[in-house]
Amino acid sequence: MFLTISGLAKSFGDNKVLKDINLELDKGEVLSIIGPSGSGKTTLLRCFNGLETPDKGMMRFENGLTIDFGEKASKQSVDQMRKMSAMVFQSYNLFPHKTVIENVIEGPIIVQKEKRASAVERAEALLEKVGLNEKKDFYPHQLSGGQQQRVGIARALALKPELMLFDEPTSALDPELIGEVLTVMKDLAKEKWTMIMVTHEIQFAGEISDQIVFMDGGYIVEHGPPQEVLKAPKQERTKQFLQRILNPV
Amino acid sequence: MNSLLPMLSGAIQYTIPLTLISFAGGLLLALLTAMMRLAKSRLIQLPAVVYVSAIRGTPLLVQLFIIFYGLPNIGLNIDPFPSAAIAFILNVGAYASEIIRASVLSIPKGQWEAAYTIGMSRGTALRRIILPQSTRVSVPPLSNTFISLVKDTSLASLVLVTELFRKAQEIAARTYDFLLLYVEAAFIYWVICFLLSLVQTVIERRLDRYVAK
Repeated sequence: MFLTISGLAKSFGDNKVLKDINLELDKGEVLSIIGPSGSGKTTLLRCFNGLETPDKGMMRFENGLTIDFGEKASKQSVDQMRKMSAMVFQSYNLFPHKTVIENVIEGPIIVQKEKRASAVERAEALLEKVGLNEKKDFYPHQLSGGQQQRVGIARALALKPELMLFDEPTSALDPELIGEVLTVMKDLAKEKWTMIMVTHEIQFAGEISDQIVFMDGGYIVEHGPPQEVLKAPKQERTKQFLQRILNPV
Repeated sequence: MNSLLPMLSGAIQYTIPLTLISFAGGLLLALLTAMMRLAKSRLIQLPAVVYVSAIRGTPLLVQLFIIFYGLPNIGLNIDPFPSAAIAFILNVGAYASEIIRASVLSIPKGQWEAAYTIGMSRGTALRRIILPQSTRVSVPPLSNTFISLVKDTSLASLVLVTELFRKAQEIAARTYDFLLLYVEAAFIYWVICFLLSLVQTVIERRLDRYVAK
């Protein structure tokens, strides 16, 4: 298993956002987390790269890295975990004072100490892959939301992460711009990137995911391959949620 | 009009160097103070909080007098110009630190998070991602501080720095042309501040290049 999570729990004050989360993820798999807002799905995603620290539970990675959050997790191991993953944000969070290509090479050069020439070369290839190399010298504000998000994906890929995290990557986009981002993500899934995403694009999640996790109230309510969770849900709560999302009226 | 030359020389010899040294030193002190106030540890925050409170809570003139006329009582004799520079640096440091702190806090949390997720430490994120963006936010209020400083240097005349305004006073003491000389001094301050506001516009325009209009 690439990643095994057991007994993960997290509270903000009295508010228990995550309760006893258990998951397994294999290398090259795509896992989608769906559920109503406030269900804890984004918090869970943010636990994978240390933006949130769970109060309890274990994360064990294939490379031997094990973090027990019940004891005080060492900063070192959390840093190590963070460096394995890269994140794509709902609101892109590109660096506005840097051009497109500067956004992409920032991590490789400043953090990973890669040589500038090779970082630029890789960045151009990645921008080509997301269809934006001709915009490499633009500033983020000169791009559409869909283009910014594709730069966000290129910036994440440039880190050569073992795990790609997507936090509602299309939720802030105009409907006609969602497709271009989903296309890029679909390509990544085909290339066997290991991915965890939080999404409201149920149909898309069904197409590219190996596992679907449905969360509500901080729990994993239902978990399995898409054809089970999405096509034949067992739990009443899952049925209700899918009903409401797929037939809103 | 033979008063203009001595006043201009006072401005060039003392007013302008005093302003530049005080602002540069004050900015460094302000950056350090702001970083201390943004630190997670209360122990690091505390000295910065006390410093800012003490400087903002006491008159600049009193601070100047303590340094120049007061410290000799404990054997510390500091010349007029350095005395004034120390007082102004401490002053700019306190006021500008609040500007810098506020400008750092004005950068959206997502920028910090994006920096962390590409593997940056807090220090690197601050230096590479946050401060370059907050600079743009802090230029207008810092320009205010700078322009106030130009005018505040006239207080240095009271600790015997022969800057612009002291020159005006000296000439007026001989000629009794108070109105003319003081208006002339005011005019020179105005010209300096006007030129500075032009510089501010240029800097703002330059920093605006990545901002959507």
